[in-house]
Amino acid sequence: MPAKSFRDRDVISVKDLTKADIQKILQVAQQLKKKPRPELLKNKVMASLFFEPSTRTRLSFETAMERLGGRVVGFAEAGVSSSSKGESLYDAMKIVGQYVDVIAMRHPVEGSARRAAESTDKPVLNGGDGANQHPTQTLLDLFSIYETQKKLNGLEVAMVGDLKYGRTVHSLASALTHFGARLHFVAPEMLQMPSYILEELKAKKIKYSLHEEIDEVINKVDILYMTRIQKERFTDPLDYERAKDVYVLTKDHLAKVKKNLRVMHPLPRVNEIATEVDATPHAYYFEQAENGLYARQALLALVLGKIK
Amino acid sequence: MKKDIKIEEMKKLRPFRVFAIERGTVIDHIPAGKALTLVKVLKLPAHNKIVTLGLNFKSKKGGQKDIVKVEGKELSQEEVNQVAILVPTATINIIRNYKVADKFKAKMPKMIEKLLVCPNPNCITRQEEVITKFYPAAKKKDEYDFRCHYCERNFPEEEIIAEINNK
Repeated sequence: MPAKSFRDRDVISVKDLTKADIQKILQVAQQLKKKPRPELLKNKVMASLFFEPSTRTRLSFETAMERLGGRVVGFAEAGVSSSSKGESLYDAMKIVGQYVDVIAMRHPVEGSARRAAESTDKPVLNGGDGANQHPTQTLLDLFSIYETQKKLNGLEVAMVGDLKYGRTVHSLASALTHFGARLHFVAPEMLQMPSYILEELKAKKIKYSLHEEIDEVINKVDILYMTRIQKERFTDPLDYERAKDVYVLTKDHLAKVKKNLRVMHPLPRVNEIATEVDATPHAYYFEQAENGLYARQALLALVLGKIK
Repeated sequence: MKKDIKIEEMKKLRPFRVFAIERGTVIDHIPAGKALTLVKVLKLPAHNKIVTLGLNFKSKKGGQKDIVKVEGKELSQEEVNQVAILVPTATINIIRNYKVADKFKAKMPKMIEKLLVCPNPNCITRQEEVITKFYPAAKKKDEYDFRCHYCERNFPEEEIIAEINNK
C-alpha cells in the first residue's frame, strides 16, 4: 500500500502512520539530509506553540523550518499565550490556524494536539502532549536506526531503563512492530514495559523478552536504546539506589558487542551512559538528536505539499 | 400461628415479584450488581415511567443476574448502545401487548460519543469542554477495554464505570 498523500495531514500520533507513511518520511528525511533545500518553504510560516518549555524540540522544529526557507512565529512558554487568560485551546488554535500555514505544538495536557487539530484545517505537528505522544521523536529514532543499520526490518533492538513510564520507548516499540523487530526489554521489574504494550506485541506476533541486566542482551543486539531512570519513580529510595548503577552503560559493556551496534538515547542524559562511551564508534545519541532536524524538515515539507 | 399465615401470603405474592408488562422494555441477563448503574446511566428515573428492578435472580446459565423492566418505553438506539457498553451480555426484549415483539442482544458500537468520561485527569476532555469519544476493543467475549480518542489511553471497563458512577 503506497503512503497516503501527506498534504495538510496532521501528525498527532505514531499510531496514525502506516508502514508506508513511515518509509516515505524517512526517505524524504534522508534526501533533505543529503541535499539541503534552503528555498523549499519560502513564504511559508510555521507557528511554534510551546505551552510548556522544551528547548531541544522547539529549536529543532524552528531550525527545520528556517533551514527550508520558511519563517517562524510563536512562543516558548504558556505564560505569554492567551491560555493564561482562560481562553480554550480550541479557540486559540483556530485563530492561530488563520495566520499560519502549519503549526508545531507542545502542550502538557494529553490529547491537546488531537483537540487542536480539530479546530483548524492547517496541519498540526505534535511535539509532545503530556505523557501521551511525541511522534517526531519516534520518527527521528527510526531514521537513526535506518541510517546506522541501512535497514529497518528484522533488527535486534534492546530498550533499557524506565520502560514503564517512558513515552519514547512505548512509541518506538509500537512503531517497530511494522518492521518485524526482535525486542529485548531491560529494566528493573517495577519499571518493565507495561502489559498493554506487551499485549500489542503479542497480537502482532513480535518476539520479545524481558531482562534485568544489560549484559544479558548487549552482545546480540543491533541497537541499544538507553533511557533515564528517574528517582521520583521509586516509592522506596533503597530500590532506586539498587537500580541506578545497574542501568549505567560503561565502556566495559561494549567489549564484545556486534560491530554495527549503535547506542541511542532520547536525551537529556544524566548518568546512564558514562561519558567514556561518547568516543566509541558505538555512540550515536548526538547524531540521533541532529536527525530530529531532518525528520522534522521531512514532515514540514510533506504536510505543506512541497515534496510529494 | 400468625407467622405461618404471613409466610403463606408472601408465597402467594411470589408471582408478582416480576409482573408482566403491557408495553415497554425488559433488559435481561444483566450480571448481578450492575442493574443500579444501568438505571442511573439510562436516566430511567427521569422518564417518569414505572421501572422495576430485579436483583440477584437465579440465572439459567448459572450464577445470579439482574433484570430491569421499563413500562411504556422502548429504548432508543442510543440507549441500547449505552446498555451494550455497560453490560455486553444483556438481552433486550421489546414488549408490545404483553408479548415479546422483538428480542436482541445489546451490540457494542464501534465508537462511543458523549456518554463516557475519561478517567485520566490530565486528558484534555477533563480540562476543557470536549465531547468525549471512546473506541471499545474486545479483550475476551463480552469483556472490553475503552480507548480515549484524545489521550489515547486504554481503560478497563471497571474504571470507565467508576467514572460514570462518579458523574
